[in-house]
Amino acid sequence: MYGLGIVKGMGVVLRHFIQSYVDDLKWAGKGGRYYNDEAFQVRQGPYGEGVKTVFYPEEKLSTPERFRFVPFLVTDDPPPGQRWGHDWCTSCGICAKVCPPQCIWIERGKQPNGRPKPEPEKFFIDIDLCMNCGYCAEFCPFDAIKMDHDYELASYDRSSAHIHDKERLSKPLSYWREIAPKKAEAEDLARQMAEAAKAKKKDKDGEAREERLAEAVSRQLYYQGLQY
Amino acid sequence: MSDTTLDQTAEIPETGVVQTPAQEATAKLKELHPNIVSDDTREGYEGLIVYADSIAEVARTLRDDLGFNYLSSVTGVDYIEEGKLEVVYHLYNISRGGGPVVLKAQVDRDAPVLPSLVPVFPGADYQEREAYDMYGFHFQGHPDLRRILTWDGFNGHPLRKDWKEAFYEEDYKPFGSRWPDGSVFRAEERNPYGKNVKYPPGWVPTGDEYDVETDVYLGLSYSRDATPGLKTDKVTVNLGPQHPSTHGVFRMVVTIDGETIVDLKPVMGYLHRNHEQIGERNTFNMNMPYTDRLDYLSSMSNNLGYAITVEKLFDLSVPERAEWIRILMVELTRICNHLWALGFLLNDLGALQTPMLYYYLERELILDFFEASAGSRMMCNFMRFGGVAYDLPDEVRGTPTMKFLEELIYNRLPRVLEQGDVLMTGNEIVKARAIGVGILSPEDAIAMSAAGPLLRASGVPYDVRRAEPYSYYEYLDFDVAVRYNGDIYDRYLIRIDEMRQSLRILEQVLPHLKRTTGAPVFGEKPQYALRAPRAGEAYGRVENPKGELGYYVTAKRRGGNPERYHVRAPSFINLTTLGPMSRGHKIADVVAILGSIDIVLGEVDR
Repeated sequence: MYGLGIVKGMGVVLRHFIQSYVDDLKWAGKGGRYYNDEAFQVRQGPYGEGVKTVFYPEEKLSTPERFRFVPFLVTDDPPPGQRWGHDWCTSCGICAKVCPPQCIWIERGKQPNGRPKPEPEKFFIDIDLCMNCGYCAEFCPFDAIKMDHDYELASYDRSSAHIHDKERLSKPLSYWREIAPKKAEAEDLARQMAEAAKAKKKDKDGEAREERLAEAVSRQLYYQGLQY
Repeated sequence: MSDTTLDQTAEIPETGVVQTPAQEATAKLKELHPNIVSDDTREGYEGLIVYADSIAEVARTLRDDLGFNYLSSVTGVDYIEEGKLEVVYHLYNISRGGGPVVLKAQVDRDAPVLPSLVPVFPGADYQEREAYDMYGFHFQGHPDLRRILTWDGFNGHPLRKDWKEAFYEEDYKPFGSRWPDGSVFRAEERNPYGKNVKYPPGWVPTGDEYDVETDVYLGLSYSRDATPGLKTDKVTVNLGPQHPSTHGVFRMVVTIDGETIVDLKPVMGYLHRNHEQIGERNTFNMNMPYTDRLDYLSSMSNNLGYAITVEKLFDLSVPERAEWIRILMVELTRICNHLWALGFLLNDLGALQTPMLYYYLERELILDFFEASAGSRMMCNFMRFGGVAYDLPDEVRGTPTMKFLEELIYNRLPRVLEQGDVLMTGNEIVKARAIGVGILSPEDAIAMSAAGPLLRASGVPYDVRRAEPYSYYEYLDFDVAVRYNGDIYDRYLIRIDEMRQSLRILEQVLPHLKRTTGAPVFGEKPQYALRAPRAGEAYGRVENPKGELGYYVTAKRRGGNPERYHVRAPSFINLTTLGPMSRGHKIADVVAILGSIDIVLGEVDR
């Protein structure tokens, strides 16, 4: 019959239409389908049925641990009364060297005698250029730069707000633990083991050997860390 | 090391038992044209150097006598130290598969003139125009040698090694100004807008559009129709660049007679950012996230193509689990891309939004999986040289990963394909609009270097995954989807077929993923500054959802940056077929024909 294809197709549309209400009914006694965390989880998951709309900004999709947006610098948890702790960054410059759009600028700190100090004096990221590739975090040997989960960076003026300086970039370790708990834990463990290996070998061997061993341990843990 | 490589290549023809089609053809070509053709003896290079003036003749022999009838890639390379420009051609044998015959024609840098291959392979059209645009080759006999990606008032040829961009800093990244004394600046502050443009000598930027556009319109036929009693003119109309049907900023200059298309020319480059030039400034690693931005709907596949190419160049091996993860990602990408393509094709056919959004429901889940595993939904940046960036995640949207994948692969994706069939495949309007429209014959498809679903819908069962298997595809059981009518409807159906085959592959991949849980996904700890272990070239290609995606990369020994980085973009080359397919159809059909080619402007314009 001519037109049967269209009618069948309309059937699919009708099914979708009804389905959206069926799912509403399912959640009717359990706090409703919208603005309800539990329902939202199911709706967005692999078993979700019906309308999938996210009512942003009231509802926000959770970001997975690996989610990457403009990077931030990790510092120690700040002592009471201060905003930041000690920088983890040693200004080794690897992040600036791997950065594909070259959006990282680092001024290395200097000791009074003019020799370099393993601390950044200034640190800039031009977030207009940043392509959120995550290389800086991936290759940082000190876990000092991490990809943020805060994607709400819209602003009215790009000329003043889009170059992030060290103050704007620094966030305490506790923040990183909060947004990526498993990854942070794996990294913690890796650091501890590397330290332990280093301390153990210190008496017997030369420095090169120590570093190699610490490297080997951290590589092993790197693979474990890959799971998170 | 050089000696051993040379010895190996010398030995293979002598044994004579396991000659690939490409080796056979190369040997025969040397017999047939002994004075014109000679081996490329540079270290790490392969293929044949052809006397530039005879390139068309050699190509004709390859096509007619040796079965190498598919010209995949044409590109230029600038060897500034030798004072030479080189055109590199990769030709494939469609019926026998296997590797390429690589031809190279070298010309003087100051007078780069050589014959065009368009009379032999119409598919060379846009690629030669691109090579002209980027390097300034003059292809004699090319019917329409104009700039294609940059505009007519562009100064110089940007891929020549002595060309500098407006925001030029250094030849190679990383730039010295970033560390250890980096003080932030914006490139546009140093070189403000208005002062950052140079025009070619003699060019007056009057803003008079007609001057710029004359060339575009010249090739189109404008004749006055002399039907007695009825005065009709042929009209030239611009569809685009801002037009919802063009899937981006893409323009079709159309000459119409009434509503019928007489001639059509695509105009592109509105999104051009010179991906290849950026790529040659970048280190090898840095290019990976840039490949995401080519065909931004299938970034995983782009990553894979680039990773494979560089692995060839670096002689890296990939651990087993990483290969399975790669296939998982790439096939999911294929489904993702085809769902998008079908949604938009149906959109163009008038089924506005409904089928598209139904497809997107499932696409969303795939993207969720990508986000959980790679950190980003679309710009995945997931593959690394010698593995993948991460192992599979623990959970996706609160569900354990394997359970999530099983639900997706066994349940949701088959269901959405089924539903799509009921919703649209039998729809009489779709059939009326699509069947018999935009027909591309198999001969034309091959001649015009069409690739991917476009080629296979025309009855040519050519799939890189089978023809020249990469990764673990040779161990996987799947069919190359093929349809024979070559119209829009077949191109619609073939994408559904391909998704079904992808699901078949995915079902085979899942047990391997379970088996290899916990195995390493990377050979060694990733290096941040990779250096090429040898000088040489590598051409790698993968079957992208849109067609054959190829990368041509050359490097110097111990070089940290690719000297030449070329992308054979399937969307771009597939557009060659748009004009011939559209002729004789109505304007409304052109929109659907373009939709059925499935282009992404990020890749077309690069």
